[in-house]
Parts: sequence; structure tokens; C-alpha cells
Amino acid sequence: MARIELNQLAHRYSPGDDYALQPMQHVWEDGGAYALLGPSGCGKTTLLNIISGLVQPSEGRVLFGEQDVTQLPPEQRNIGQVFQFPVIYDTMSVFDNLAFPLRNRKMDQRYVNQRVTHIATMLGLEGVLQRRARNLGADAKQKISLGRGLVREDVAAVLFDEPLTVIDPHLKWQLRRKLREVHEQLNLTLVYVTHDQTEALTFADKVVVMLAGQVLQVGTPQALFERPEHTFVGYFIGSPGMNFMDCEVEGSEAIVDGERIAVDPAMAEAARHAGGLLQLGIRPGLIRLAQENEAGITLKVENMEDLGDYDLITARLGEHTLHVRLEESEKVSSDTLRVVFPTEHALLYADDRLVV
Amino acid sequence: MDNKREYQWAWLMVLPVVLVVAFSAIMPLMTVVNYSVQDIFGPDSRFFVGTEWFKTVLRDSALHGALIRQFIFSASVLLIQIPLGIALALCMPKKGAGVSLALVLLALPLLVPWNVVGTIWQVFARPDVGLAGVFINGLGIDYNYTGDSIDAWFTVLVMDVWHWTSLVILLCYAGLQAIPDAFYQAARIDGASRWAVFRYIELPKLKGVLLIAVLLRFIFSFRIYAEPFVLTGGGPGNSTTFLSQSLTTMAVGQFDLGPAAAFSLIYFLIILLFSYVFYLTILNMDREG
Repeated sequence: MARIELNQLAHRYSPGDDYALQPMQHVWEDGGAYALLGPSGCGKTTLLNIISGLVQPSEGRVLFGEQDVTQLPPEQRNIGQVFQFPVIYDTMSVFDNLAFPLRNRKMDQRYVNQRVTHIATMLGLEGVLQRRARNLGADAKQKISLGRGLVREDVAAVLFDEPLTVIDPHLKWQLRRKLREVHEQLNLTLVYVTHDQTEALTFADKVVVMLAGQVLQVGTPQALFERPEHTFVGYFIGSPGMNFMDCEVEGSEAIVDGERIAVDPAMAEAARHAGGLLQLGIRPGLIRLAQENEAGITLKVENMEDLGDYDLITARLGEHTLHVRLEESEKVSSDTLRVVFPTEHALLYADDRLVV
Repeated sequence: MDNKREYQWAWLMVLPVVLVVAFSAIMPLMTVVNYSVQDIFGPDSRFFVGTEWFKTVLRDSALHGALIRQFIFSASVLLIQIPLGIALALCMPKKGAGVSLALVLLALPLLVPWNVVGTIWQVFARPDVGLAGVFINGLGIDYNYTGDSIDAWFTVLVMDVWHWTSLVILLCYAGLQAIPDAFYQAARIDGASRWAVFRYIELPKLKGVLLIAVLLRFIFSFRIYAEPFVLTGGGPGNSTTFLSQSLTTMAVGQFDLGPAAAFSLIYFLIILLFSYVFYLTILNMDREG
């Protein structure tokens, strides 16, 4: 088990190419569950492969605990990895699959039996140990892949590369719960690559959001939701994503198409100094209806969708289209909507970055 | 009811294929069956002889010799070419400019007409003017494929390896290329040795193409004709006379159509039987026990 440190890490696939990974400096805590979240091609798999040792970074170092593992091949790094498609040894039984990493390391037969039985029980594979791995379902195969990482007691971290891609939806929940259980029991460092925000947010203590080779934000699911540090994080997390409107800032107010919206004075101050393209961002669910006699902003309703437990309203504020998420009880009948942007949730962004 | 009617129509769609197969395979085969049970002197004079020709053929010691040689030859071909093909496929470059070059070089022997292969080796191996023949004799080894039956066997085998190993390599190479990288990565993480990667990943994933390679190499080698016929003419003596050459001599040379037909059927059944056995063996190699 180990803390993972990415020290001045960056990667280009060949010299002169653009960075596949922009220079970064991160420490991932021992025993943490981290999710790497981002769209396809954002570099999350490259980062995972650098941590596992399948790719050598062109710049910087990777440390597990105190040990510099940058130059070490995967087999010497004490990691487990679960791939997108189940990787199992077709001709072997489930038992032999799980025992394989230990046997390759010339472990004592009694120890192998004991470890394999222990891990198989933890994963719920004890009933199929003697069956041929090839004949099992995709979810059991992914458990075997995971098990091959877990059988080694010295394993520092287990890495997952979109492991639920080929799993049936109703089994995804079970497998994810199993993963959380394993994490709690073994207190392992887990790194989980995905492009599915639900998976990332339910799995991880900390989510690392990536775009175009760059880490935009590392934070708890709550932080990503409430204070996205980049407009992309705002768009990408949440359904629908955050609303962004071009604005100007005067005093402690943001002006969007002539409407004045109060924001945090310190933030407004910082935004005036930051310059660049200023945007006001607010989550659809954090916009609330104005009460009677309360000053509000009037939106023109364009569309209303009933999505079960909430209503999603598409409305216009001047040039901008906004999404507003309202509780079922808050019925709106007119074609206009008077709303309030609560000051604590109205955030300012300069050139896509949160103003602080 | 409606479904059933549709199925009946569907059968009609297969009719053209059935007709083609009937003319190309079934009718010639039945003609051979017809010849194998009759003694035919002319269009109007034929006698039913029952299993007489089959008995004659099965008692023919020349054919016994050819059959044994044929089995030894096919077994040698499989034992050499399959492992060699796998080994060379593993050595092939996986990407880059070398791939196309290697593929073209490998495909060349497969493109040469079979009797030309015989001609090439007949000249190449000649002890007086052939490059290989002169070289081997230069090493102090007395080598003459026209005079010594072991030398003749050796030459025929090497020629076949040169001609056909490429096919095994190409099939295995395609099979290896189809293995996703994740398997190799997982094996590295699991600390597997090179041998373990071959034994537990590459070999199992090659099973399908190896089945095809074994079947094709068995069938082609078991009916080999043109190359040894051109190279050695079946000699010296009849040491490199294989089944198809014996059959040709019998049918076309001596015009013994009855025994030749009986022999053809036995020949055909042997190939069919062995192909089926290979097929079942490889398919069941690692079924759940």
C-alpha cells in the first residue's frame, strides 16, 4: 500500500509532439479511491499506464511511498490492473488464474492456496474456483482480473481502466458495490479511469477531472459539484451541466445582458483584476424561484420537461439559454419565470478558470 | 403455418448451390463409385465385380509402400512446419516498414506454381551445377538426390518446408496480431515469463488458426504430386513415390480404371477421416473436463 506521488510528471509520445499529458504535480493519498474522469482522448489512460509502468513518462518522476518507480517495469511495481475488457487466461481454471501472479513469483504452494481461497471468498468466487475461467460471465471475469491484483499482499495500488464497459447494467451496481467493499476491507489505493461521471462520483473519494492532457481539478464529488474550478468541470459534472453566461463585473454585481446579479464581493474584486473573458456560472439546481416581493430576474420560458422527480426548464435570459431545475411541487404555469441566483452559488470565471 | 411456408421457400434458394455441388462434386464422385464396383471394357461391356477391386488394392504391396511413405511424409511436414511456422511468426516484426517487406517475402513461395517449385529445386539441389547441391558436397558430405533415397527424401522435405511454411507463418501471424495488447500488459503485471506468455496467452489464442493450418497442411501434403514428381520422378527406385503418383500411374499409365477408382475412394476416405480426427482433437484440446 502506498501513497502515489506524481512529481513534475509530463509525457509526450515522441519528442516534438504536443504534450499528451501536461506537466502536473499531485500526491494521491495512501488508501484513497481516486477516479480519473474525462472525455475520450483526454490522457486519462496514458496517466494510468504511466502509473502502472506500461508507459515510461518523458518527463518527471512517479513515486510509490518513498520509492522512485519511474524506471521500474510493471512487474516490479506491485500494482494490479483491471482492463476495459476482461483479461483472463482462457485455458486455466479460476483458481489457477488467481494463483498465477503468486506462482510466477515462486510462492510456497500452501501460501498460494490460502491467499487464493481468501481472495476468492472476498470476491464471491469461491463456488467457481475449479471451473474454467473462460466459461464465466463478463462480471465474474472482471472479478478474476481484480482478484489477480489482490492476491499479492504487497500490492501498492489497483488500477482500473474503464472496467465496467462490458458489464450488463444491472450487474454494474453489484460490481461497483463489491469494489467499494474491497476498498474498505483492504484499505488499498485505487485508481479508476472512466468517462462516466456517475461511476466516478459513486466510486471515488476524490475525482481527478482531465481535459486535453491537463488535470483541471482534483476534488471530492461535492467540491466538483459546488465549486467547479474550471468551466469544463461545470459542464461535464452534473446533468444537465452548469449554466455559463458572459458577463461584466461592476462593484459586487455581475451584469448579464443588462440584468444585475449580486455576487460575492471578494470574488467580484478578484474578477475585476483577473480580466479576460468573464463568465457567470450557476448550477441548474441551485437557481431558486423568487418569492413574492423579492427582487428577481425574469426568464423567458422556452421549454419544460417533466423528468419524474423534478422539472427541467429551458429558459432565456437575454442572449443566453439557461437550464433551471425545479422540484415537482414548484409548479410554474406562466411563460415567464422569476428567479434568484443565490450569491453563494453564483460563481465567476475568468478565461474558464474559477476566480479566487 | 406461415413460418413453415417461408422456410419451404428458403430451401428453394439453396437449390442453385445444390445443383453446382452436384455437378462439381457429387456426380464425379458417384462415377468413381460406379467404376470401383465394375469391370469396364467398353460402353457396352461391363461386369459387376462387387468388392473385388477393393480387395486387389488393399493387397497391393506397392500401394502399401506408398501409403506408409505418405504417412511418414505428412507427419514430418506437420511436425516441422507447424512449430517452425509458430516460431517464425513470433519473430515477425509487429509494426513498421518491416512488416510489409516480411509479408511480401513470405508470400513469394506460395505464389510459385507447384511444378515450377519442383523445377527450381531440381536445379538448385543438383550436385553438379545446383547452388545447394554443390555447396553441400563442398562441405565434404556426399549428397546426390537422384541416387540416394535418404538424400531424395531430405530434398523433398526441405522443398516442401520452403514452399509451405509461409502459409503457417502467415496464419499464425494474423492470429497473433489479433491478440489485444491488454493481455500482454496483464501478463507483465502478473510477472509471467516469456514462456508463460506463449503457453497461456498466445498458444490458446492461436488455436483457431492452428486448426486451419494443420488441416490445410495435412490435406495438401497428403495429396502432394507435382513437386516430387518433377524433382525426383518418385525415385530413386520408388523411395519418393507418394499416393497420388501411384494413383496416376495406375489410372492414366496402366489404364486400370477399376482398381484406380477403388483406390481413389480409399484415399479420399483416409483424408476425410484424418481431417475429422484433427478437427475434433484440436477443438476439444482444452474443453472443461
